[in-house]
Amino acid sequence: MAKTHISTSINGEPVEFLADPGSSLLDALRNTLGLTGTKEGCGTGDCGACSVTVDGRLVCSCLVLAVEAEGAEIATIEGMAQGEALHPLQRKFLEMAALQCGICTPGVLISARALLEKNPNPTETEVRFGLAGNLCRCTGYDKIVRAVMEAAAEMRETV
Amino acid sequence: MTDIRYLAPRTLDEAVAAFAAAQGAARILAGGTDLLVQMRAGVVRPGLIVDIKKIGEMTEIVEPPEGGFRIGAAVAGATLAEHPRFGKVWPGVLEAINLIGSKQVQGRASPGGNLCNGSPAGDSVPAMVAAGAVVTIQGPGGRRTLPVEAVPAGPHRTSLAPGEILVSFTLPPRPAGSSDAYLRMIPRTEMDIAVVGLGASLTLQGGVVTAARIGLGAVAPTVLLVEEAGKALIGSRLDDAALEAAAAACRAACRPIDDKRGTIAYRTRVAGVLLKRTVAIAAARAQGGN
Repeated sequence: MAKTHISTSINGEPVEFLADPGSSLLDALRNTLGLTGTKEGCGTGDCGACSVTVDGRLVCSCLVLAVEAEGAEIATIEGMAQGEALHPLQRKFLEMAALQCGICTPGVLISARALLEKNPNPTETEVRFGLAGNLCRCTGYDKIVRAVMEAAAEMRETV
Repeated sequence: MTDIRYLAPRTLDEAVAAFAAAQGAARILAGGTDLLVQMRAGVVRPGLIVDIKKIGEMTEIVEPPEGGFRIGAAVAGATLAEHPRFGKVWPGVLEAINLIGSKQVQGRASPGGNLCNGSPAGDSVPAMVAAGAVVTIQGPGGRRTLPVEAVPAGPHRTSLAPGEILVSFTLPPRPAGSSDAYLRMIPRTEMDIAVVGLGASLTLQGGVVTAARIGLGAVAPTVLLVEEAGKALIGSRLDDAALEAAAAACRAACRPIDDKRGTIAYRTRVAGVLLKRTVAIAAARAQGGN
């Protein structure tokens, strides 16, 4: 079967690529486009390591077909920092050691950003529910939650 | 090399024609949160994937002039949660849909997919059954409607005929004093599959129940409409005797399996407990609480 030509937008840049109709957006990002910041954990939508946004909506890229990217706007972890300037969430994760092995971190950051865009002042409980779809095998959840709360507070002050 | 074709038609007629022509080799793609997992596991190997999300009717939330709501089968849970009125009128249906998976899954998963996946434990289905939702189905022979409880035919089987596609859910207009609720029993707080799930929809006038429907999930090969439980509540003031009669009807309807999530005895007992808890929430909402 021939591959399908896809025109899409990734982190604001127009991108074209060829996709197998049965392959996932995650495979296209990592293997076709070399955007390996998005991680593969379970491949079944349980762990959230492959979180990206498609047209502003938080999704697991392992559960999206690559061909569905046609005409869509995709945002990945590679677009989170502005040049050398880290996003406040990224900076707080580093300052507060909110990661151990780091495999879950890109997905957690994408989810946390989606959460704060909808709810700039979340309670700790809301952060925990909001990130329930992101599993951390190093069990670093407390530091992750604290870093998200701190980043949210800083982002509220700078608006 | 897999040999899969992908189609994203703009009209339902095109979708039905392609789906029917593939004669069982095709799969419908709504949110893909079940389909892509099944493809990855090798459980299904579709020759054709028909993506229905470019079809307006499948992705819109409409409030028809005659009242009620019509929800496209492929509307994502996150989209429904953002609707300004749906969750106020049908809080139980919304909370059931929003219990399916994580925020990421909510960005894609749809009530149509949840119903057509045919899991006895699908969270949205008991709430839709309680709501009295009617589904619209389109196939090569035209359109028909079915009460939602007539769609599941067994674990991972539906009563849809070959080539038929689930189009939308129609929820009826709500009289004053109506509300609904959904509760599920799981051993944790998030991201799990129901051991028992129960949807309750009530109308109360002057403290007396005038309409009641109960949907019960994860305790039989299909989600059940427990008509006897609704009858036990109608005409009552939700006194202990009426609630116990309705709980007994739910327990009697159970035909569960023993598995790692719960035993037959446990699921049966919990069905009665959930009836009382869910009805209490629906009644409080119907009487102006939240």
